[in-house]
Amino acid sequence: MNKQTYESIGETLYSEKLDNGLTVFLLPKPEMTKSFGIFSTNYGSIDQTFVPLGESAEITVPEGVAHFLEHKLFEKEDRDVFADFGKQGASPNAYTSFTKTAYLFSATSQIEKNVETLIDFVQDPYFSEQSVEKEKGIIAQEIKMYDDQPDWQAFMGTIKSMFQNHPVKIDIAGTVESITSITKDDLYTCYHTFYHPENMTLFVVGNFEVEQMMEMITLNQKEKSFDKMAELKRDFPEEPREVAMKENTIHMPVSIPKCTIGIKDSDTELEKEEFLRRDLLGSMILSHFFSTGGEFYQELYKADLIDDSFYFETNLERNFGYSMIGSNTAKPEEFAAKIKEQLLSTKKYALTDEVFERMKKKKIGQLLRAMNSLEFIANKYIHYHTMGINLFEIIPAIQGLSLDDAQAFLKEWIAEERLAVCTISAAKG
Amino acid sequence: MDTIQEKRLDEQGLKLHFIQSKKFKTITFVAKIKAKLDKETITKRALLPYILKQGTKTYPDRSALQLKLDDLYGAVLTADGGKKGENHIITIRLEFANEKFIPDASNVMDEAIRLFSEVLFHPNAGKNGFDDAVFKREVGTLKQKINAIQDDKMSYANMRLIDEMCKEEAYQLHVHGYEEDLNSLMNEDLYNYYQQMLKQDEMDIYVLGDFVEEKVKHIIKDTMQRTVQQGTSTVNAVTKKPVSEQQEIIEKQQVQQAKLHIGYRTNTTYQDDAYFALQVFNGLFGGFPSSKLFINVREKNSLAYYASSRLESHKGLLFVFSGIAPDDFEKARDIIRLQVQAMKDGDFTEQELNETKDLIINQLKETMDHPQGLIEILYQQVIGKRLMTPTELLDGIQNVTKEEVVQVAGKVEEDTVYLLTSEGGEQGE
Repeated sequence: MNKQTYESIGETLYSEKLDNGLTVFLLPKPEMTKSFGIFSTNYGSIDQTFVPLGESAEITVPEGVAHFLEHKLFEKEDRDVFADFGKQGASPNAYTSFTKTAYLFSATSQIEKNVETLIDFVQDPYFSEQSVEKEKGIIAQEIKMYDDQPDWQAFMGTIKSMFQNHPVKIDIAGTVESITSITKDDLYTCYHTFYHPENMTLFVVGNFEVEQMMEMITLNQKEKSFDKMAELKRDFPEEPREVAMKENTIHMPVSIPKCTIGIKDSDTELEKEEFLRRDLLGSMILSHFFSTGGEFYQELYKADLIDDSFYFETNLERNFGYSMIGSNTAKPEEFAAKIKEQLLSTKKYALTDEVFERMKKKKIGQLLRAMNSLEFIANKYIHYHTMGINLFEIIPAIQGLSLDDAQAFLKEWIAEERLAVCTISAAKG
Repeated sequence: MDTIQEKRLDEQGLKLHFIQSKKFKTITFVAKIKAKLDKETITKRALLPYILKQGTKTYPDRSALQLKLDDLYGAVLTADGGKKGENHIITIRLEFANEKFIPDASNVMDEAIRLFSEVLFHPNAGKNGFDDAVFKREVGTLKQKINAIQDDKMSYANMRLIDEMCKEEAYQLHVHGYEEDLNSLMNEDLYNYYQQMLKQDEMDIYVLGDFVEEKVKHIIKDTMQRTVQQGTSTVNAVTKKPVSEQQEIIEKQQVQQAKLHIGYRTNTTYQDDAYFALQVFNGLFGGFPSSKLFINVREKNSLAYYASSRLESHKGLLFVFSGIAPDDFEKARDIIRLQVQAMKDGDFTEQELNETKDLIINQLKETMDHPQGLIEILYQQVIGKRLMTPTELLDGIQNVTKEEVVQVAGKVEEDTVYLLTSEGGEQGE
């Protein structure tokens, strides 16, 4: 078991890669009451076309399979896993994102037992025709719920206007039509391919005894056998640099229009140093211009183009990346035009040392604040680990950023052909 | 694990609460300003938090204020208003990184407290009111917020349920206020109200984190003081309205998914000894994925993606929420009613009872691991006018018996069924 102490932030992390390939991280925090465990596979909604483990031909599965699989892992032949956790005082949950499927729980007692339950239920699938059919009604209601949510429609609408071919443009839950065709065989195929220990990470953080925990996990894994892992072959189509649609308008009954500007990232498949630099600078620069009180925010605020629904976000993944800036606005055309103008002006924008130092301070403080949350630590650690980056070494990395790095980033950040505008508005008439 | 010690002091017209904890990488300051719910003041109180975070005497606009926050290692300032029972509470929060985790940082604490005090006591205002541009702009923002509720169908259905259920009671007042009152509101009146609020409202200040108490006390003494006037802020006894007649309200809109929300009177509040049993009742009934609602509405009948319940502790209300296909209304309503009846009949095992208690205790402990969550739990005592340490709360839950749950269930009365459903035959775009 490896032990690494990060003195500046007061954390000690234990880790091990087990014989079957599973990566385990344990972060004891005895001052906390609760513990949080997450078992995550590097498999999400974008992994739609791949070569199944042990086969040679590539297949494409229906939209929404990863998410469907997530739902179905909770149901076993004789019981529901929610109840197992319930009996042990734990609250379980799960999520499917573009790139990951994760199963998790939080509890304040019986942590070891709950971790065991977590590993065991994820590693013991049971899918039947009947239970797959039953789930379709539940997921259809989940999809309908999202259909009525303007914020989600704005988010996915912006993604779809940015990406031409990349499967990130597919709805994570699929559509009511696509899930109808999902079979138990689809689930097993995806399961065997992507839930191999080699493709998974377990992270436990909180109040527990480290040695004992690692011993339990190691023993648990030794008792199970897995097929030999082959290299995972996932296929992604070529994605041009330009956005799919410069403008995309979606009609649904809203009291006030919603407008979102998407910035598609130019290059992906970056080396880890470059990835981290982009990741940090991307969020620092967006925050510099667009956080409350930022220069661009102030212009939008004074021109009455935004309200307090205004938001921005940025997401950089291995083979795609984007940022979004959006708000409820009575004047979507003016809002979009103004933001585009602001973004295009950044190419020539000059930062000063003083300003950049403040940006770094802000980023460091934000990170420390986020680390109050066990969920944040576990999720983000896994996210960065997938890229070969260590979350606990990010603060020094921020301190090490130079003004030149930022200036160079700004020069390449925006290009007109990589901007998309998505508007949600009520149908006319 | 830390035990939570809350130290209370009454100084300079402020009720101070100091909570020492090494769990967090931040220090949190929270001010809670409480008055009774009143149609006359609710719109003003909804607007004030938005204006206060726009600037102070020393940092007159949002940019200047934000630069200061960024300089304090990305300190985060938030302010909003909310309802708890028949009280309105304005909350102002400042969370900043604990300087002990940042090399070379000092004075963060001192400056942060001074800033917090400015936001609260020294806004950017003159004799005739707040900065006029800010006032106008925030009136506009709040209007948009009031209208945008319609776009979030879950919140909208919840608001409409309370409108119908609590027609004659202060609790029905909308937390964001009313457009017609905003239209006639003068800047000067708002400023006068703010002055009055500072003198008359009950004000509690919480400080949470790893800090030196004497130092904090000293800075507070230096920067915050107020002269308290006996005002009108004493809260009336909560209106207890008997359910005379159950009502069913059906509304139609262009939606994909119907929202079935049901309101009940629990006839039990935070002040009652049966409050603990009520919490356990809610846990068994609809608080968790192992609860009756989730199991029966979702898992057994595939009618919904979500089906859950929530308590309003100070007013004595219980709400059920579910998202269903429009055609399933009667079926879902009847299944929900059966679950209430099952609770009244004591149709749950000792084992389920114990598991649910563990889940609630787990949930509470988790909330206490979060700075804002812990402060919210502690503040319940002020609202409920009943001293209850976190340990007493947890013990209270632990000691609940089956008989007590059945007894408290016997007092739960259905009041209003509210359904938001799709326009007949039409499928929204």
